[in-house]
Amino acid sequence: MSEQKGDRHLDHAPGGHKEGAARFSTYAAGLGLALLLTVASFALVGSGAVWAPAIPILLAVLAVAQMGVHLVFFLHITSGPENTNNTLALAFGVMIVVLTVGGTLWIMAHLDHNMMPMAAMAKP
Amino acid sequence: MTLLGRLSWDAIPLHEPIVMVTAGVLFVVLLGTGATVLLKGWLPYLWREWITSVDHKRIGVMYCLLALVMLIRGFADALMMRSHQAMAVGAGKGFLPPDHYDQIFSAHGTIMIFFVAMPFMIGLMNFAVPLQLGVRDVAFPTLNSVSFWLTATGVLLINTSLVVGEFARTGWLVYPPLSERAFSPGVGVDYYLWALQISGAGTLLGGINLVTTILKMRAPGMRYTRMPIFCWTALASNLLIVAAFPILTATLAMLTLDRYLGFHFFTNEAGGNQMLFVNLIWAWGHPEVYILVLPAFGVFSEVIATFSGKPLFGYRSMVLATLAICILSFMVWLHHFFTMGAGADVNGVFGVMTMIIAVPTGVKVFNWLFTMYGGRLRFEVPMLWAVAFIPTFVVGGMTGVLLAVPPADFVLHNSVFLVAHFHNVIIGGVLFAAFAGYTYWFPKAFGFRLHDGWGRAAVVLWVSGFYLAFMPLYALGLMGMTRRLQHYDNPAWQPWLIAAWLGALLILGGIASLAMQLYVSVRERRSLADESGDPWDGRTLEWATRSPPPPWNFARLPQVEGRDALALMKRGEAEATPDPLEPIEMPRNSAYGFVGAFFTYITGFALVWQIWWLVVLGLLAGFATTLWIAWYQPGEREIGVEELRALEPAA
Repeated sequence: MSEQKGDRHLDHAPGGHKEGAARFSTYAAGLGLALLLTVASFALVGSGAVWAPAIPILLAVLAVAQMGVHLVFFLHITSGPENTNNTLALAFGVMIVVLTVGGTLWIMAHLDHNMMPMAAMAKP
Repeated sequence: MTLLGRLSWDAIPLHEPIVMVTAGVLFVVLLGTGATVLLKGWLPYLWREWITSVDHKRIGVMYCLLALVMLIRGFADALMMRSHQAMAVGAGKGFLPPDHYDQIFSAHGTIMIFFVAMPFMIGLMNFAVPLQLGVRDVAFPTLNSVSFWLTATGVLLINTSLVVGEFARTGWLVYPPLSERAFSPGVGVDYYLWALQISGAGTLLGGINLVTTILKMRAPGMRYTRMPIFCWTALASNLLIVAAFPILTATLAMLTLDRYLGFHFFTNEAGGNQMLFVNLIWAWGHPEVYILVLPAFGVFSEVIATFSGKPLFGYRSMVLATLAICILSFMVWLHHFFTMGAGADVNGVFGVMTMIIAVPTGVKVFNWLFTMYGGRLRFEVPMLWAVAFIPTFVVGGMTGVLLAVPPADFVLHNSVFLVAHFHNVIIGGVLFAAFAGYTYWFPKAFGFRLHDGWGRAAVVLWVSGFYLAFMPLYALGLMGMTRRLQHYDNPAWQPWLIAAWLGALLILGGIASLAMQLYVSVRERRSLADESGDPWDGRTLEWATRSPPPPWNFARLPQVEGRDALALMKRGEAEATPDPLEPIEMPRNSAYGFVGAFFTYITGFALVWQIWWLVVLGLLAGFATTLWIAWYQPGEREIGVEELRALEPAA
C-alpha cells in the first residue's frame, strides 16, 4: 500500500501502514484512550456524582466513543481514498445494526398491542 | 457412565426399524466406498488432490458434491412425509410414529436449507467467481478449505444424530419454549445447535473470503461495471452472509446458554421472552432467503445471456435491483410472524416493505425476458432449467406477495399454503438454478459435458413432479390444512395428498435421472469430451481458459476491455497482446482444514453428549493444530516461467 507514492500523504491516519515507531505510538494512544473511557464509565456509575436517570445515556455515549477509538486506532478506518471499501463496509454494517436493533426494539415494544390493557384486566 | 456424559447404549434407536435399516445401508455404503478407496490405492490421490487442496475449483466441486449427497438424504425425508400423509387419515395410522415424524420434518428443513441449498450455492460461487473475475484463486485459499471442512463437520454431526441419539422434534428453527431443556430434554436440539454453529462459522468465513476476493482481486481492467452479473449477485449474497450470520450465531448461542447453563433468555419463567427468539431468528432468516436466491438469479442471468447469444438486457438495472434486494432484505423479517401480536402499524409497514421487495425482483424477470427476446435461443439443458424457472418463480413470488398482506396472512399462516409457497420459490428458484449451474459449469470443471438426454429427462421429471407435488398444497392450505400434521381426520384432503405423493415420486424419478446422468457421463466421457474449453460459446472469462482449468486458472491474467470480456475478445474488439509469461506464486496444499475439522467434530459430538473431558481434549487439539499451522506451514510455491511454458504449451 505504501508503495503508491502519490497517495501516501492522504492516508495519514493513526496506525496506517507506517514505520514501526509510529505504529507503536498510535496503538499506545488508542490503548490509553480505550482505558480512559472504560475507567470513566465505571467511575461515573460508582461515584454517584451523576444524576441517576442520566447514567444509561452517558454510558451509551461513552460506548459509542469507545467504538470510535477502536475503529480509528486499531482497525485503521480512515477517510483516505484507498479506504473507500472499508468506509463503505462500515457504513453498511452500521446500517444493518440500526435496522436490526431499531426494528427489534420497535417490534418487541409493540407485541402487546392487541392485548387488553393491564389496568382493564386487573379491574374485573 | 459419567465418563461418557449422557451417552450410553440406549442412544442407539434399536426399536425403530426404519432408522436401523437406513443406518445399516449407510454403513454398508460407507464401508464399501472406504474399502474401494483403500484397496485401489486411491487414498494418496484423494488426500493430495482433494482433501488437502486449497484450489477454489476443487473446493467448489466438493461443496456441490456434498450438497448433492445431502439432497438425497433430505429428499428421503420428504418422500417419507409425503407417503405417510397420503395414508394417515381417519383410522389409517400411517407408518411413522409421531415422535419420529417430528424428527423427520425438522431434519428435512434443516438439511435442505443448511446442507443442500447453502453448500450448492456456495460451491457454485467458489468455483465460478474467481474464474469469472480472471484471477488465480480466492483471497484466502487455506481459509476456504477451512470453511468447506467446517460445513462438512456440520453435515457429519447432523447425520450422526440419525444413528446415535435423536434429532430435534421442534421444526427447523427450534422455536422455544419447546426447544428449551424443560420440554426437549433429549440431545436432538443439541445436535441441531452444534451442527449449525459449526457450519455457520464455516459459512461466515467463506462469506468474508468471497467478499474480499470480489472487492480486492479482479483481473486488470475488470472494473465493477464490467463484472459479470453472477459476480455481482455473489458479492451481494456474501455481504448478506457477513451481516446476517452473526445474528444466527448469537441467537443460537443464547439458546445454548439456556439449555446448558440454565440461563433464561427465552424460557417461560424468570423473565425470559420466547418472542425475542422468533424476532432474532427471522432477522437472520429473511436475509438468508436472499443469500440463497441472489446467486441463483446470477446463474440464470449468465445462462440466459449465453444461450440467447446476446448481452444481458439492462445490466445496470440488474445490478441496482441486486443491491436494492440486498438492503431491503433486512427490512422485511416481521412478515414471518405477523400473527405474533404486533399491531397494525408494525404489520402494515413490514407488509408494504415486503411488497416493495417484489419490485426489483420483477425488474429482473423482465430483464431475463427481454434478453431472450430477439435472441438466437439454444435450448440446451441449462437453458431449459432457466425457462422452467421463470414462470415457476413468478407463481411462487406472487403467492409470496399474497402472504405479505397481513389480513391474508392471518388466515394462511402455518398452513400448507405457506409450505407450498416457500417450496415454490426454493425449488423453482434456488434448486433449478443449482441444477442449471451444475450442468453449465460441469464441462469447465471436468473437461466433458453431462449427458444431454438424461439431463432433459431430469428437467421434465423435476418440473412436472414439482407442480404435481406442490400445487395441491396450495388448495389444501386454502381448505384449512395446517403444516406438520402427523394425522388428520378430514377425508376430503386425502385425494390431494395422494396427488402430492405422486408428485414426490416424479421428483424421485428426477433425482434418479440426475444420478444416471452423472454415471452415464463419466462412462462416456471420451465421446462427451470438450477440447475447446468453451462448449457453450460463453461470454465471460471462465470460458477463456482450458477445461479443466490449470491450478493457476490463467497462465497470464486476461486484460479486460469491457463487459462480457470473452465475447469482446471473440469479436476481435479486444486484441490479445501476449505479455511475456511471468512466474506464478501458488499456495501450497494444507491439511489444516481437514485436521481442524476433525477435532471440531470431536468437540461438537462431546458437547452434544456433555462428555466434558473430551470437549477439553478436542479444543486443545484444535488449538494445537492452529499453532502448528501458524508456525510450520510453508508459504507459497513459485512456478517459474520455464516450468509454466512446459505445462502450458499453448500459452
